Amino acid sequence: MANWIEACAADNIEEEDVIRFDHGGRVFAIYRSPEDEYFATEGLCTHEHICLADGLVMDEIIECPKHNGRFNYKTGEAKGAPACINLKTYPVKVEDGAVFVAV
Amino acid sequence: MSTVASKRDYSLIGRDAQAAVENGLAAAEWYHTDIERKQMKELMKRTDGPAMRDTVIWLGSLVVLGASGIALWGTWWAVPVFLAYGVLYGSAGDSRWHECGHGTAFKTRWMNDVVYQIASFMMMRNPVTWRWSHARHHTDTIIVGRDPEIAVMRPPDLARVILNFFGILDVWHAVIDMGRNAAGIVSAEEKTFIPEMEQAKVVRVARIWVAIYATTIALSIWLGSILPLMLIGLPRFYGAWHAVMTGLLQHGGLADNVTDHRLNSRTVHMNPISRFIYWNMNYHVEHHMFPMVPYHALPRLHALIKHDLPAPNTSIIDGYREMIPAFLRQLRYEDYYLKRELPPTAKPYRDELHADPAPQAAE
Repeated sequence: MANWIEACAADNIEEEDVIRFDHGGRVFAIYRSPEDEYFATEGLCTHEHICLADGLVMDEIIECPKHNGRFNYKTGEAKGAPACINLKTYPVKVEDGAVFVAV
Repeated sequence: MSTVASKRDYSLIGRDAQAAVENGLAAAEWYHTDIERKQMKELMKRTDGPAMRDTVIWLGSLVVLGASGIALWGTWWAVPVFLAYGVLYGSAGDSRWHECGHGTAFKTRWMNDVVYQIASFMMMRNPVTWRWSHARHHTDTIIVGRDPEIAVMRPPDLARVILNFFGILDVWHAVIDMGRNAAGIVSAEEKTFIPEMEQAKVVRVARIWVAIYATTIALSIWLGSILPLMLIGLPRFYGAWHAVMTGLLQHGGLADNVTDHRLNSRTVHMNPISRFIYWNMNYHVEHHMFPMVPYHALPRLHALIKHDLPAPNTSIIDGYREMIPAFLRQLRYEDYYLKRELPPTAKPYRDELHADPAPQAAE
């Protein structure tokens, strides 16, 4: 059974942006797409563990702020070197203006 | 020209590589100037316009100068034409390789990739190997045993530095690497930073390049003229000087084994022609601190964070005035380095992490 955790208020994230969410010693990245949908992935780049929340969201891509590793944050797919390993993704829901992540 | 054996082991599989990992210098957390997220997003924002303009000027000039060089071949007029062609090939190619390797020059991905492939070929840098090598350079900037792109090791080998103004040793090593990779061999050092799944690409690119260079050499022999090589290959020698001149300033004479780019990188104000050739990499502290900020936004980034950075060198000559004496002193005292003084508005260096390795460090 999913363990839903409240991550942030929905309006804490700007459109086409990302924020960091720490829970249980783990780092997550919570995204708001240009279409006003919310997504969550693990929060550290699979290349060298840089915090993705400092990166740039472009359409459905999150780009690592250090080495240009790029991922589709909706699917977690790594989109090319130096990112070669996919990100884990997590289910997200929005209720009463809050974003919940199933960790 | 070294006078003493180096205490530093720059091998990526040697003693200092292991020490860097044990000391927490590998993949460490680095100092960053605080910038509001909104401002950072604005700075990182991608656009095609500036790089398209610059690329049309760059490649268009190469075509015009190359055609002029062919037309004027055999006359003295060809000399200045090829000097300009060479700088656009062997020096501007370096900065295009660099920026497009970061994927920040253009918004459109394929444009970055095309220019990256062209510039990598010009610079004789395998685009796969050097993408990974440069990622490591950004992770472990001037960390001995970890950074594969330390241009001047200590004590400085000044003969090597001078020869590289004409690409001599760089090209020699590039040709050796290309041949070795084309033969299907990826070295033990390359394997430390290139993942296994990428290594086949290294070999494939090397084989394509060997074929292109072999064709160019064959054409030169068939024509009985070095003209084809003046257009492809040789500009990597005779046009390299500007890239080396500016590139040495990036980290030359500054600290190693620190985790603050303000200590190991140098920002230098430059003339607009050099900045075009160099694609604004004169803002080098800023680039290392925030590598995803495109080259065209670096002047804005500099203006935003200069209160937290050492004062930039005022010119290329000013940079060399401090760097050359530092190199000369490092011949005798390899631990010597130039310590960058921070303005009163800056956050101080974390001295607990950057204890001076040498009492003679310059203030």
